[in-house]
Amino acid sequence: MKLFRYFPVAVDSIAANKMRASLTMLGIIIGVAAVLTILGVGRGASANILDEVASQGTTRLTISPSTESEGEGAGAPVQTLTMGDVRALSDAAFHPDVVEVVPQYGGSIQLVAGSNNKQTRVTGTTADYVGVHRLEMAEGRFLTEDEIAQMSNVIVIGTAVATDLFERTQVVGESVRIDGEPFTVVGVLKESGNAGFGSNDDSGFIPIGAAHGRIFNVPRYRGEYIVTSVSANAVSEERVEAAERQIEQTLRLRHGLGADDDSDFTISTQASLLDTIGTVTNTLTLLLSSIAAISLVVGGIGIMNIMLVSVTERTKEIGLRKALGAHTSDVLLQFLIESLVLTLLGGLIGIAISYGLALLVQRIPNFPIDLLIGVDALVLAVGVSAGCGLIFGLYPAMRATRLDPIEALRYE
Amino acid sequence: MADSSALVDMQNISKVYQMGETKVHALNGVSLSIEAGEYVAIVGTSGSGKSTLMNIIGLLDSPTEGVFAVRGQRASGLTGRQMADLRNREIGFVFQQFNLLARTPAWRQVELPLFYANVARSASRKRALEALAQVGLDERADHKPDELSGGQQQRVAIARALVNRPSLLLADEPTGALDTRTGEEVMALFEKLHEEGLTLVIITHDQEIAERAHRVITMRDGVIVSDSDAATTTASGFRNGLSGAAPAPLPRPVAIEQDKEEMYEAV
Ligand SMILES: Nc1ncnc2c1ncn2[C@@H]1O[C@H](COP(=O)(O)OP(=O)(O)O)[C@@H](O)[C@H]1O
Ligand SMILES: [Mg+2]
Repeated sequence: MKLFRYFPVAVDSIAANKMRASLTMLGIIIGVAAVLTILGVGRGASANILDEVASQGTTRLTISPSTESEGEGAGAPVQTLTMGDVRALSDAAFHPDVVEVVPQYGGSIQLVAGSNNKQTRVTGTTADYVGVHRLEMAEGRFLTEDEIAQMSNVIVIGTAVATDLFERTQVVGESVRIDGEPFTVVGVLKESGNAGFGSNDDSGFIPIGAAHGRIFNVPRYRGEYIVTSVSANAVSEERVEAAERQIEQTLRLRHGLGADDDSDFTISTQASLLDTIGTVTNTLTLLLSSIAAISLVVGGIGIMNIMLVSVTERTKEIGLRKALGAHTSDVLLQFLIESLVLTLLGGLIGIAISYGLALLVQRIPNFPIDLLIGVDALVLAVGVSAGCGLIFGLYPAMRATRLDPIEALRYE
Repeated sequence: MADSSALVDMQNISKVYQMGETKVHALNGVSLSIEAGEYVAIVGTSGSGKSTLMNIIGLLDSPTEGVFAVRGQRASGLTGRQMADLRNREIGFVFQQFNLLARTPAWRQVELPLFYANVARSASRKRALEALAQVGLDERADHKPDELSGGQQQRVAIARALVNRPSLLLADEPTGALDTRTGEEVMALFEKLHEEGLTLVIITHDQEIAERAHRVITMRDGVIVSDSDAATTTASGFRNGLSGAAPAPLPRPVAIEQDKEEMYEAV
């Protein structure tokens, strides 16, 4: 087909002007590389977070108090979620799909060991916490049912807390003081290895009764200590929604909410968390990609600019081609395909650059995210650069066809 | 009157360029007929309308007034596409400045008309090389213009004009940018092609070159002032009282001898 025969013509003309061609392609190269890299980073980051979330179990539900919507304390959590709710939810008869209901009451407080001290997030909880949150122990064990029942002065700490207080992690049996009271370390958590999302390296865990009764000054609601959140497990991934409904029903009933009242708590599941994360990362990626896309448009305008110069420079060539029998469509296609080849070439170089970056990133040890470049992103990049070539090449090509052959031949 | 057997036939052709307020009459009522197989030289001072005439004959330009026909077919009835196809198949152009594409090997230059004629790639390369051989440049097929002498570049341009086997070759001052010796070589080549049946129309300033043609047309201020071929001498030529053309039949060179003075005056 004749169409394909314009490609060697375009390649010749590009090869005859390598410097100009590479400057022209630069905009497209940068644009495509930027879009692909940003999409890749976005995808890599979200895959990372999703992995993290999934590793914490997909059956977990978290119940937290809603925030006050009006009045003095607007924005602060409603203080209606209590230990009474926790006991009620633990009743398997009414909540067949809910297991391991774990209350938490946490706050930031100073831990002291010898002359060292550290401000730490200390959470009062129960023995099931370790299972529901899938914590792993480096030393010793987690809190036991007995210790919970007796509100013993025992504590499980994260590795960062251990090293800050004792300069080592084998600290089972040591004592730390909280608010003057001595607590015996019974376990140290495994280092989570990443400082971000879901890390417990900087935490301490004590029996919920100790937290409520002695460490924190916890308010009560209808005679029961409040909690900052409650975790629970559904019996299976398929029953998460059912578990959510059962919990909601009980809590609404206990909190005396009418049919038209909003809940004073929220239940989040890992699934809803994944959704939220997905939405956030998508929005972010879209935003960054639009910025990168602007550079593609700028690159496209660069192409148009150079093609217009090229048409003027080659007026005589166009006149000659017409004298030798070129149709208007021949001239149009020649210039259009030339800009298409330029942008496609630029796009391919841009793809190669972003792939190179992705490979490089993989080789950096402990680099937090991978660069994931999917086939869809490649198709997008090639499509967009080809589109740029056609759109921004059309006007210059049309200018070329409008040249009068004799005028063009007279052109010096 | 119009001779439908003629390759090219012009009746009362005018070409007017509007330059702001003033009109430039590049051609002013030219009638001319060229038969297939003729060897015609067009001479005249600079600005007398020679190139304009050639552009109209070559279907690169259209007249403001008058009737122009190629092989009996009126040019005014042709679409742009048909004109392009006629240029491609029937007419070969050779320009003073060669008009080769920069940084392109000779055989690719020669191939161009075949590209626009939709000749398959393999065949077109072969034909391009044949055309280069015809002008004695088969050894230089891969050379780029800046690796060739002026005479060689013009021969590449001639090969390009010939490659699609046109019936008419139009050359606008083809030796103008060449020294005498290479100009002579190029003319010898043209004449060889003419002997092989090509119709030749050469615009020139050079008296010696004009003398070699079988028919000499002299132009001044957009009109033909003499035509050595009496049979087709235009009325306008006589009207201007400048017809020095003796109605001499063949052998034509004699006619050119008689025209000489007239032409020196013109150039
Ligand atoms: N495109 C044009 N616009 C205006 N005037 C032109 C144009 N082309 C030619 N002319 C004028 O027409 C006249 C004839 O030009 P041309 O045919 O090029 O003469 P020659 O080839 O004999 O030197 C000249 O006066 C020239 O200035
Ligand atoms: Mg001229």
